Amino acid sequence: MSAEARPRTGEERRASARLWAIAALLLAGALASAAIGRYPGPFLTPSALAHDELARNLVLDLRVPRILAALLLGATLGGAGAVLQMVFRNPLVDSGFLGVSPGAAFGASLAIVFLGGAPATVQGSAAAFALLGMAASYLIAQRIRFGDWVLRLVLAGIIVSATLSAATGAVKYLADPLRQLPDITFWMLGGLWAITWRDVLHMLPVVLPSLVVLHLMRWRLNVLSLRDETAFSLGVAPGRERLIVVVAAVAATAAVVAKAGQVGWVGLIVPHIARRLVGSDARRALPASMLLGTLFVLACDDVARTVLNGEIPLGLLTSFVGALFFLGVVVRRQVAVRS
Amino acid sequence: MSAPAALALSGVSFAYAPGLPDVLSDVSLEVAAGSITAVLGANGSGKTTLLRLLLGLLAPTRGEVRVEGRPQRDYSRRDLSQRVGLVPQSEPVAFELSVLEFALLGRAPHLGLLDLPGAADRALALEALERVGLAALHRRAVPTLSGGEAQLATIARALVQQSAILLSDEPTSHLDPANTRRVLEVLRMLGSEGRTVVFTTHDPNLAAAIADHVVLLRDGRVLAAARTAAVLTTERLSATYGMEVEVVQWRGRPLVVPHP
Repeated sequence: MSAEARPRTGEERRASARLWAIAALLLAGALASAAIGRYPGPFLTPSALAHDELARNLVLDLRVPRILAALLLGATLGGAGAVLQMVFRNPLVDSGFLGVSPGAAFGASLAIVFLGGAPATVQGSAAAFALLGMAASYLIAQRIRFGDWVLRLVLAGIIVSATLSAATGAVKYLADPLRQLPDITFWMLGGLWAITWRDVLHMLPVVLPSLVVLHLMRWRLNVLSLRDETAFSLGVAPGRERLIVVVAAVAATAAVVAKAGQVGWVGLIVPHIARRLVGSDARRALPASMLLGTLFVLACDDVARTVLNGEIPLGLLTSFVGALFFLGVVVRRQVAVRS
Repeated sequence: MSAPAALALSGVSFAYAPGLPDVLSDVSLEVAAGSITAVLGANGSGKTTLLRLLLGLLAPTRGEVRVEGRPQRDYSRRDLSQRVGLVPQSEPVAFELSVLEFALLGRAPHLGLLDLPGAADRALALEALERVGLAALHRRAVPTLSGGEAQLATIARALVQQSAILLSDEPTSHLDPANTRRVLEVLRMLGSEGRTVVFTTHDPNLAAAIADHVVLLRDGRVLAAARTAAVLTTERLSATYGMEVEVVQWRGRPLVVPHP
């Protein structure tokens, strides 16, 4: 047999075409998002941008950073969800798992109630506790003496999440119900209304390298989704390599969640849709999850800022749409849960 | 002295934790390159532990494992995986990889952390699928395969790995007779091509069917290790399994029949 490859299968060609179609749709969506909004009419035309300085500033100072933040948020949540589902061999896992989101929620509440509540403090505290939640899960998992690596981490994640949720409840109980409690509630609803260029620049140095590492390791993720024994026999260091991708996924998640609050269901639902469209091989499923996550968050954020006079919290929309979508997926038996 | 044994254990003992009883005690044996060896024993006799030691997943508490003449601990994980492959008992796949994508994972020992498999890797995977008779199914999702087909896909992945030594844990324990035969035929083909195959089984007839050598394990000790016909005798097997069996000759191979 020659080393020459046979032509790719029809499925592979179709999957690649779909991946490019999603990317093209995303580009169009991002450009369109810059034009839509309440100023005072629903659309900005190119001629308005050329002649109206206020419109130009609005787009450059408010809409563009917000769109970029939506891109980073969506790519991170979708990509991290896909990575965690593969590494934990569980299609029902996302970054809420492993104590990441509960950690961020606790960190934010703590900062709002006890540390003055300045935006930078809230974000820093949320990111710190998100990482701490993950570290605690990992350390506890190492001390559990039964089950394989996946089961141990799942158990540890449940323990840490429950503890942090209780702690967040305690902080809320101690919060000033007129000033601090609403702030906590708003943070938890999630949203991008306060995003500035500065926020985008804060996210980039963490999010971009993390996503690049995950993207580069995308084929390896397939091997890491096998059982420890098999992964070992294929020359992989299962524990160490999974740690690399989990840390990258969680660090990026902590960075975006600290700015945007709790934006739920993206990491759970998007990888399922991505796998339906381009297949389960992470070579395509991971980039598709990042792109679709971005598209989903961008669309929800467009709705969040345009439909009503006030903002609709983004996390509310993603959870609502995501849960409905998931219902559809599950009812149509597109999710197979195997042990 | 001829070429070194493909695998050699000298005085190997293993316990899962200090203070726990040894699962294997003082095991010494050699596996000749290019032979098919069956590790035969009742449940709990230490077969799987022995296989994990050969794979390098476990390190012996005492004694030494050598792979192609070199101490196993001197190999990097990557080097070892290029020489020793594994066909596990069953391989739960959480996501719907296609058979081709699944077989391609066998290239991992030959690719770096950030590499993607290329056209040559893909050609190897297709070739391996052809060899085990799954070429026509290469686009199917692995979770939709039958048990026998899934096991053949796993063997194809090990072929793609191109390791000279293949370890297999109970390769046919959950298969029906027709699929068992398909898997055994593929293992026999690999042996006849000069690969070293070591598989565990609790079924003496499986050992009789394809193995050149049999290692008989009981309670973590080697009871016998020799050519198949020399090991599979009425007295030995009756002692090993704690029940009356009779070994008869059938079509030039031993056949083990339990007494009713």
